[in-house]
Amino acid sequence: MSWFSVTPVELDALRLSLWVALVAVALSLPFAVAVAYVLARFNFWGHGLLNALVHLPLVLPPVVTGYLLLVIFGRKGSFGPVLEALGLKLAFTSAGAALAAAVMAFPLIVRAIRLALEAVDPRLEEAAGTLGASPIKVFAFVTLPLILPGLIAGAVVGFAKALGEFGATITFVSNIPGETQTLASAIYAMLQVPGQEAVVGRMIVLSLILSFGALLLSEILARKMVRR
Amino acid sequence: MSLDLDIHLNRGRFTLELKATAPAGVTVIFGPSGCGKTTLLRAVAGLESVDRGQIVIDGSDMTERPAHRRAVGYLFQEPRLLPHLNVLRNLKFAQKMGRKVTEQSFDEVITLLELGHLLDRAPFALSGGEAQRVALGRALLSAPKCLCLDEPLSALDQELKHRILPYLERLRDRTDIPILYVTHDAAEMARLADHIVLMQAGRCLLSGPAEAVLSDPAAVPYLGVRAAGTVISGQVMAPDPTTGLAVVGFDGGQLILPELTQNKGCNIRIRILAQDIVLARDKPSGLSALNVFEGIITQLHSGQGPGVMVQFKTGNTLFLARVTQYSSRKMELAVGQNIFAIVKATAFDPAGIGT
Repeated sequence: MSWFSVTPVELDALRLSLWVALVAVALSLPFAVAVAYVLARFNFWGHGLLNALVHLPLVLPPVVTGYLLLVIFGRKGSFGPVLEALGLKLAFTSAGAALAAAVMAFPLIVRAIRLALEAVDPRLEEAAGTLGASPIKVFAFVTLPLILPGLIAGAVVGFAKALGEFGATITFVSNIPGETQTLASAIYAMLQVPGQEAVVGRMIVLSLILSFGALLLSEILARKMVRR
Repeated sequence: MSLDLDIHLNRGRFTLELKATAPAGVTVIFGPSGCGKTTLLRAVAGLESVDRGQIVIDGSDMTERPAHRRAVGYLFQEPRLLPHLNVLRNLKFAQKMGRKVTEQSFDEVITLLELGHLLDRAPFALSGGEAQRVALGRALLSAPKCLCLDEPLSALDQELKHRILPYLERLRDRTDIPILYVTHDAAEMARLADHIVLMQAGRCLLSGPAEAVLSDPAAVPYLGVRAAGTVISGQVMAPDPTTGLAVVGFDGGQLILPELTQNKGCNIRIRILAQDIVLARDKPSGLSALNVFEGIITQLHSGQGPGVMVQFKTGNTLFLARVTQYSSRKMELAVGQNIFAIVKATAFDPAGIGT
């Protein structure tokens, strides 16, 4: 077996990592836009509290975040049984892995979008209103296009974070090959077994390619935006 | 079409209380900074909510409607073009948002404001004057029932101002909707106004047709003595055959000017500043000044300063002249008296001559 032939375990981990990261970003994005909008545009009682809550996963030890997820969404957690009755099982499933990654990536995505929103001149939105655009249309045709670069940047950073997420994931959904074993947890698992240096090496190369690709893609998108 | 306003609005220490009617044509809102001109316009456009009152545009009550359903075109002090759209898409934005704009009016606005060569430019590639013209075009192309122009020329330098003013004059002469025009520049007001609302500290001091307000000595303190002066409507006549100087006929006589860019037969408005008129009791002779006409004093108004405003009438045209109290006493000026007014031909500021 040559160094370059990838084993099914590694392929599964790669596929799962990509799936988890994509789903995590896709799920977070609408909520992140909403939360960033609220934080950037409104001043209300509890503003600081919401802001702190959003940023919590960034500063908490990931293990704690994972444990809290287990407490809330686990089989015996607060919402676990309700969700399970609805057919959505999160603890120790790939859907749970996506949730953990989404929670961890959320603050970074919100941050990028909020910065972009704060850079949008509200006077432009006001002008659009006098031209007949309802608040929803103002958002869709003025605000959204103007924050698009920030949105993409946020999505890419979130994707990268989700891809590399380890602590919360392994605590919440464990490390089940083919179900919840992402690249990061697979590398960790293989490092525990002697003689698996080749496998670890290949997965590290894969991680490098993925992360590098994501960064390149964001760069290309950002340039296209500027040219438009 | 007309605009009826009855606005009561309170913002902390500032109160705006104003009742006014703006008929079709340009109504200039004039007053010092901070007197509530912009707030008034924003209230009309629905960008500022009123505490009490009514805003009726073309017969429909707009008071409770949000800005996007008021059909008030707004030109801000700065262009506020949408940076992610080119000029054409900025101009078509209101149409895209569902306002009914015909292709014909689109072509008309492009021609009126000479925007044809700018259509595929990005907003950042426009000069200040071009951007403001595009913004005006965009406001016109929102099917407005009323236009609010908030010091649209204040951010531009003198030269650009005088290049854009003719576009505004053309707009005024072609449209039949009320246009509220905020300015604190008396020359701009004199050129564009059909009606004038003088404001101070959130209240209307004086309002009425432009000629009446501008020739009212009571309005002078609010305009500033140096900016006071009347606007004469006249028609360009054939140039004087012997001297070649331009001649403008008005109700009551003729004015001689060094030169005019307008053609014969054209209706024009000429602003004559009160400080540029010299008064004489007897018919003067041997003067270099070319314009001498006889009139009857209709009002005398002495303010707190050293000057006296003299309103006089020649034919059906009212003029204002500013003299010192000393001259007024020495000449024994009185209402009903005949006087001669002297104006140098070179006293007319080309910037004060409009169509």
